[in-house]
Parts: sequence; C-alpha cells; structure tokens
Amino acid sequence: MIQVSGLIKDYGARRALNSISFNANQGEIVGFLGPNGAGKTTTMRILTGYMPPTDGTIIVAGHNVVEESLEVRKRVGYLPETVPLYNEMTAFEYLKFMGQLRRLPNVEERALETLDTVNLDARAHSYIGTFSKGMRQRIGLAQALLHRPEVLILDEPTIGLDPNQVAEIREVIREIGKDRTVLFSTHILSEAQQICDRVLIINKGKIVAEDTPENLQSKLVGAQQVILRVRGDSDDLAEKIKKIKGVKRVEKKEDNSIEFEFSVGQDARPLVAKTAVQGGYDLLEMRTASMSLEEIFLELTRESASSVKKSS
Amino acid sequence: MRNIWIIAKREYNHYFISPIAYVVAVALLLLTGGYFSLMLFAANQSGSFGGFVPEISEVNNLFGFLLLLSIPALTMRVIADETRSGAIELLLTAPIRDFELIAGKWLGSFLFVLTLISVTLLYLIILSPQVTPHPDWKLAASSYIGLILLAGALIALGVGISAIFSNQVTAFIATFGLFIFLWWLIGAPASLFPVGGDFFTYMTINAHFGDTLSQGNFYLTDLTYFLSLIAIGLFTGTLAIEIRRWK
Repeated sequence: MIQVSGLIKDYGARRALNSISFNANQGEIVGFLGPNGAGKTTTMRILTGYMPPTDGTIIVAGHNVVEESLEVRKRVGYLPETVPLYNEMTAFEYLKFMGQLRRLPNVEERALETLDTVNLDARAHSYIGTFSKGMRQRIGLAQALLHRPEVLILDEPTIGLDPNQVAEIREVIREIGKDRTVLFSTHILSEAQQICDRVLIINKGKIVAEDTPENLQSKLVGAQQVILRVRGDSDDLAEKIKKIKGVKRVEKKEDNSIEFEFSVGQDARPLVAKTAVQGGYDLLEMRTASMSLEEIFLELTRESASSVKKSS
Repeated sequence: MRNIWIIAKREYNHYFISPIAYVVAVALLLLTGGYFSLMLFAANQSGSFGGFVPEISEVNNLFGFLLLLSIPALTMRVIADETRSGAIELLLTAPIRDFELIAGKWLGSFLFVLTLISVTLLYLIILSPQVTPHPDWKLAASSYIGLILLAGALIALGVGISAIFSNQVTAFIATFGLFIFLWWLIGAPASLFPVGGDFFTYMTINAHFGDTLSQGNFYLTDLTYFLSLIAIGLFTGTLAIEIRRWK
C-alpha cells in the first residue's frame, strides 16, 4: 500500500531525507520512530502529497504521489503534527466541510458516525474553539478517518492526550490497522512497541533500522536474556543450566533468581524448563529480560548509528 | 467546480463572524449612506442651485474608491490565515486542485462584497421616486457593472497576494500598494511619451472605471481589462501555492 524507494528531499542545500526506502502492506501498522528533526514529518508530508520529493519513487494506495497526487489524496487520511482546525465551526460542521471536499455520500451521517468513533458525539455541535487539546486531537483524527481511507498517515497522534485518551486512540488505530495500512510517527517508544507490527527507526534522514519490535531487540543485543525463578535454593540448578547447549552466560542473582543468556536461534528455554522441573524444582517464573525499545532507540540514534546496524 | 463552491461557501460564512469584515461593512455603508443623504439633501435644495440631478453612480463611484482600502483589509487573511494556523496543510492534502482552492477563496470574498454592494440598491429605491421622470437606468446599470467588475478584480489580486505572504500585515500593505499603483501611478508615465503614452493610461483602473463605466459608457475593453486582472490574480495565487509546496 505504501512503497517508497530512494526518497530524497532537499531543503535548499540541506538534505532532509537521504534515500529512504520502505514498504507498508495492507493490514499493517507501521511505527515511524526518530528524534525531532530526523525527517518523520517531511516523509509524511511527501506521502500525503503536501510537498513533492526531490527524487525517488513513492507509490501510495496504488498511485504515484507525484504524477497522480489527487488520486493519492483521495485515498489517504492524514493527521498533521499540529492539528489545524477552524475554531468558528462546530465539530460537526467541520467534518461536514471536510467530507464535502472529499465528495462523500451521506456526509452528515458519516460525520456523526466518525464523531462517535473518536468519542466526541456528545460534543458534535460545540464550537471547536472551546475544545481542549485532546478533543482537538480527536477531531483531527476524525477528519483523517472520515472517508475510510485505505492508508492512514498520523503524525504523533497521541501527543497532548491524557492516559485514558491515549488508550482510546491506540485502540482506534489498532482497529483500523486490521484491514488498512497505518503509518504513524511517535517518539514514545512503548507506544510503538504496543501497537506496531513493524518499526522504522529514522535518524538524520536515513532509516537506521527496520523490523518488528521483537526482532529489533534480539538483533541488536545478539542474545536473549531470560530470568528464571524457582522456589528454594537454586545454586545446583544454575550449575545444570550452564551445561545446556546454547546457553552463553548464567548468573545467580541476589534474590535467588537466575539470569541466563542464549544466542538468538538457539532457544534454550524448553531445555532449561525441563531441567528445572526434572530436578525437582518448583518453577515459579520464566520471563525474557530484553533490552527495551528505548535502549535500542538510543543505541541506534547515537553517532555510531551506522556501525551498529552493520554489526547486527 | 463543486470544490470551488464548497470552499467559497465556508469563506463567505467566515466573513459573518470576522470582526474586520464588520468594520469594513460598517465603514463602507456608513460612508456611502452619508454621501447619499448629502446628495439627496443637495438635490432638494437644488431649486436654487439649478437642476442638480442625483445619480446612484455617484454613490457607486465612492464605493469603488473605498474598495481600495477595504479589499486589502478583507483579503489579507484569506490564505495567510490558513498558513499561519497550519490549516493549509489539510487543504493541500485534500483531493482538490490548488486552483480550486484559490478560486473558491476568491468567490467567497466576492460574494461577500456583492452582498455589501447589494445594500446600495436600497439607495436606488429611495432615489427613484425623487427624480423626474426617472433615474438614468442605463447609467445606473453601467455603474453597477463597473463596481462589480472592479470588486472582482481587486479581490482576485488581493487573494493572489495573500497566497504569497504568510503574514497578514505584509499582505495588506502589498495589496494596498498594488491598488494605488494600478489606480493612478501606472498612468503617470503617459505624459512622458508623446507616442504610445496612451498605453499607460489604458493600464490604470481609473480609465476603465471612473472614466467609462461609472459615466454610463460600457466598452468591451473594460470588460477585458477587469477579467484579465481577475485571471492574473487567480493565476498568481495558484502559482504561489505551487511554489509553497516546493519550498
């Protein structure tokens, strides 16, 4: 649904995007992560037809964004970073106006439905000027969802919302992502981890990593860490785990839990569990203690970003 | 075409909640109304002054002149405001052409000014029983056509300039400057050229409004002149939006 290859954008002499390539398929939620000024908004503006690229081929919803901009714009829903709204209009009037521009049939009915989706149906006839930031954000989202677009592009959709609203919006995004393509940017990493099928990490106009949140973790660390807890003394068990094939490092913790590490591709967990149970231990807990996306992000967006990618 | 109409409708409605639009409306109607009253008063006294006949074209002339200051005040925000608020981003990613956006903005403002102009028809109704045998209808019609064409042209230029500048004050000054230039200044070199100086006179707005249409003379060249200005204004606006995309 979104195919980007070799996307370059220059602002004067400054290269904002340096040959970006990625794909997003139908039914996929792709998270776009990066520090401020990395090129997230620029990429999104190009995908939505707001500005043309300097170079590269971009196909969105089956149409080229440069040659068939209007066709792309019909099929894309866009929530810009700062939600621009007309304060003198009511929520309903605003959605009706946007719907008319998109030539939707039954536009009034559709506007009310969409307001219901973003939980603003009670305020449909209030003026947007009286809305809180969270409500404005939701009107912006409603505007993007109004025409049931094939591709949804959201620039920091949960910014400025309270935790309840964040949860609601994430739920909406997840729901839409089931059968459509969603590309959304965020700098909240746990958010990407929670709802994305895939994460793109962008830094200084380049994509520095692209994978599922889980794979990113294992790829970067190169090994998976697992914490095991059993009832009673676990010294003997630690010795036994050391002998299991694939296990690289075993450490007995102060709280009597055992942390062990194995190389990716040599999952030692089933054997470890079996060993514990057969050894007569009561297995209480076994969980992965992996590097959080936050750490990966910091790692990747540091100066040495490119070398990290090569080594992984 | 439908997109133009949708944009125009919002723009038109926006004027009725815009303080500056009310200021402009009140100023225009107060000044023209005051002038009209004075004219009627003078005509009633004219028995002693010798056959002064009041005509609506006089009011329209003043109206046209006041547009020089009013139109920049109305159009300065048309695109500049959308840019400042960022709403332009949604308009430019909606499936409408840049020209449709500009034309819609123009049409909305034009309809608002037409609404103001239509109020002056009231003066005509008041006037007609006072003039015997009847007002000069041809003159009245011609002066209205002139005023409407003038408004259309000035608004198009104003919208075009508003698309260039993202700051309202800059847009206002640039628009007002352009109007002054077109009204008089461009005609100034006329006397410097013994041959072909007429060209400069021809380029002034005054040559097509004050000297012809508002005097009851309707020429095709006047129509061409104003339609050209409208085209130039809308083209400039569209171009400015295109350039903004590339920046």
